[in-house]
Amino acid sequence: MMKIDKDKLIIGAAGPVLALVTSFVLTVLVLLATGLDPIEPIRLMIENAGYSDVQVLIVNYTAILYLAALAVSIGFRMNLFNIGVEGQYRLAAMVSALVGAAVDLPGPLHILVIVLVAVATGALWAGIAGILKTTRGVSEVVSTIMLNAITTSLVAWLILPKNFGVQPAGSNDLTTGQIPESGWFPGIDMGEGGQIYGFTFVALALGVVYWFVINRTRFGFDLRATGESESAAQASGVDAKKMIITAMLISGGLAGLAGMPILLGESHTYSLAFPVGVGFTAITVALLGRNHPVGILFAALLFAFLEKASSSLDIAGYPKEITQIMQGIIVIAVVVSYELVRRYGLRRQQQKVGEELAAGGAIKTDKEVTA
Amino acid sequence: MHALIGENGAGKSTLMKILYGMQKPDEGTIAVDGEQVTFSTPGDAIARGIGMVHQHFMLADNLTVLENVVLGGEKLHGIGAKARKKIKEISDAYGLGVRPDALVEDLGVAERQRVEILKVLYRGAKILILDEPTAVLVPQEVDALFDNLRELKSEGLTVIFISHKLGEVLKVADDITVIRRGTTVGTADPKTATTKQLAELMVGSELPSPETRESTVTDVPMLQVEGLTLTEAGAAAAVPLTTAAPPDPSGAVGLQEVGEGRKLLDDISLTIHKGEILGIAGVEGNGQTELIEALMGMNSPNAGVITLDGEDISAVSVRRRREGGIGYIPEDRHRHGLLLEAPLWENRILGHVTEAPNSKRGILDPKAARKDTERIVREYDVRTPGIDVTAASLSGGNQQKLIVGREMSHNPKFLIAAHPTRGVDVGAQAQIWDAIRDARRAGLAVLLISADLDELIGLSDTLRVMYRGKLVADADPATITPEQLGSAMTGAATGRLEGTEEQSEDGDAR
Repeated sequence: MMKIDKDKLIIGAAGPVLALVTSFVLTVLVLLATGLDPIEPIRLMIENAGYSDVQVLIVNYTAILYLAALAVSIGFRMNLFNIGVEGQYRLAAMVSALVGAAVDLPGPLHILVIVLVAVATGALWAGIAGILKTTRGVSEVVSTIMLNAITTSLVAWLILPKNFGVQPAGSNDLTTGQIPESGWFPGIDMGEGGQIYGFTFVALALGVVYWFVINRTRFGFDLRATGESESAAQASGVDAKKMIITAMLISGGLAGLAGMPILLGESHTYSLAFPVGVGFTAITVALLGRNHPVGILFAALLFAFLEKASSSLDIAGYPKEITQIMQGIIVIAVVVSYELVRRYGLRRQQQKVGEELAAGGAIKTDKEVTA
Repeated sequence: MHALIGENGAGKSTLMKILYGMQKPDEGTIAVDGEQVTFSTPGDAIARGIGMVHQHFMLADNLTVLENVVLGGEKLHGIGAKARKKIKEISDAYGLGVRPDALVEDLGVAERQRVEILKVLYRGAKILILDEPTAVLVPQEVDALFDNLRELKSEGLTVIFISHKLGEVLKVADDITVIRRGTTVGTADPKTATTKQLAELMVGSELPSPETRESTVTDVPMLQVEGLTLTEAGAAAAVPLTTAAPPDPSGAVGLQEVGEGRKLLDDISLTIHKGEILGIAGVEGNGQTELIEALMGMNSPNAGVITLDGEDISAVSVRRRREGGIGYIPEDRHRHGLLLEAPLWENRILGHVTEAPNSKRGILDPKAARKDTERIVREYDVRTPGIDVTAASLSGGNQQKLIVGREMSHNPKFLIAAHPTRGVDVGAQAQIWDAIRDARRAGLAVLLISADLDELIGLSDTLRVMYRGKLVADADPATITPEQLGSAMTGAATGRLEGTEEQSEDGDAR
């Protein structure tokens, strides 16, 4: 039995490792094909990661990606593809920034209000897709992509100075106004490196909560059962519609939180400079992390590293886009290698069980051969 | 004609997969026509003249017979007139009676099977492997199939025949090989062997009989169904293909005439008492699936009242019904009974996540669930090296025993047993029957739906026949024969079926 468990661990790790090695090799090949030195950019990136300010950037970005990836993965766990994390995250960040700037409350309460508004906004936005799916049968993939497009326009319109936007003096940027200091989430000062967002720890704590809910609650069991076999879950008493709506709401709520580390810890306003594409990167992160909170953490770290350590490549004469190529290849490699490993694992276990039974390794039963 | 028999998990399927090139052997050789061969894909096997008819048909419903046959074999005779001619030729030569231009979805099970056989012959097979071909057929159809097979044999083809039904094997085979735990344990001559001897070879014990001797029926109704009706438009679940009624595109609801808004369940009323097993016979696709789903709460009937133990549960959710004491052995365990890629102990939780010992106040209790899984494995003789292996790695019979154990562990008041022993070996079959009988003695009401008529007749206290969504006949299991039941299943007989002098217009009308 222990042996099978060890196998499971190895097989679990084999997928990501296979995917990463493949994508690394392919990236090197792409660089070679374009006549560039394949090793130097990678060396540069690793060197970059040695600086404390880049490290802080990586950690901070990890927190954002982590939350967004948790949002994606809760959907994945029941075969629900919330492609709309990007839109939910941006709309939630914007709305909560507006509310945060408009109210003035004592410290913790102020933060709580902002966070709750963000969760509610994200959940609501994702909930639209959930309702469309359960009442009209609209694929959540389609509706969330559409909602992303709507978000882009909606945010652009809301942030116009004639609506809610504020244009800081002498700047082209548009913001939603400054959140008073009572609504700032204290960070950890790393000296020269800057500040690590305090919300990073909230993100980590949510990872633990995520694990508990998925693995140790009835709700989590129903969710996983739905993901593994919808028909079996339904027969077991899972209300599919309720499940879809609930999962969408949670996913959207988590997506809403993804903007919080930066909003509460650094920018204190929603502006045009807010990071974009987080929700899309998060899909890859969730995939690579196998929808497991620990796996997602490592995946988020890796992607934060790729994103932040590559920023100086341009200066050294290498296109920064190679990290995007690498990310893209990771997506494909992940999908392929996981399926390969999954099939291999199933087959292997079937063989093993057969062998062990043939060798008489079965659990002792009351009636060995009855009838 | 060579029959291969053995317990589930004995290695029959594996052997067949190797012969058909779907799996590679570690050791050993295969010789075809005295020539040693190795197959790495089914393509290689086909090239050598080996063809397989799977237990679950591999046909595209929305294509015609011709299209299905040429699919993947376009190079042989094209896809047009030449192919049609060839199909006709084969069909006539072996008396298969296949119409090349019929849509597969309009065909009955037996016809589909003949299409499968034709498909294999079309590809030039000289050796035919049939995996449990009789599992889905009524007795009359089985006889017809055997006639076809004899025809094939007389034309010099070799047939390898896998079955659980020992009586059939004896009837049709020229030679029998018995395997157990992956090795050949014996061969038998069908002229001299008896089913008893074969069973002993298979499991090393006596042939179990589904008979329930003493009646435990009480007059306390446990489940009452009244006027249950479900029309096609109202069906939430995918509509299975009916073998008898032609599919009807019109969506009109509530009209009685055939061909107008087909009724999947038509005014079903039945009562099952405590300690009673009510058996429902019927060709698959005549509403049994819908009836089960309606009782489980998985679809929403247009009309009707379901009462369990005096409580109206017509509008109650699946989960509440399960908590309220409905046990469910699904007809398709892979789709409705198991999470194949989850470990056994998680499968033990499935369907009973809200009940002890699986969880307390919304929080799972893996420790208790695991312990109870071990108990089920022990008591129900589930052969597995441990409870952390995935459900997919167990053989069908052991998966089924796990499901039966799970459902029985929650002291159900009413059990839905749909094909409880389908694809299950003789040994496990007996254990499952025992479990059902024991629970019946303790006052369980059981709805038994099965394609195995011996099982139905042997186990049931009351028998009903379902045809086109209606309960058309009832019978006393003490006097009825499988042949009589078979003809009622094809709609040839209705009303009260009497035991002896019978309307034996054999149901080969189709």
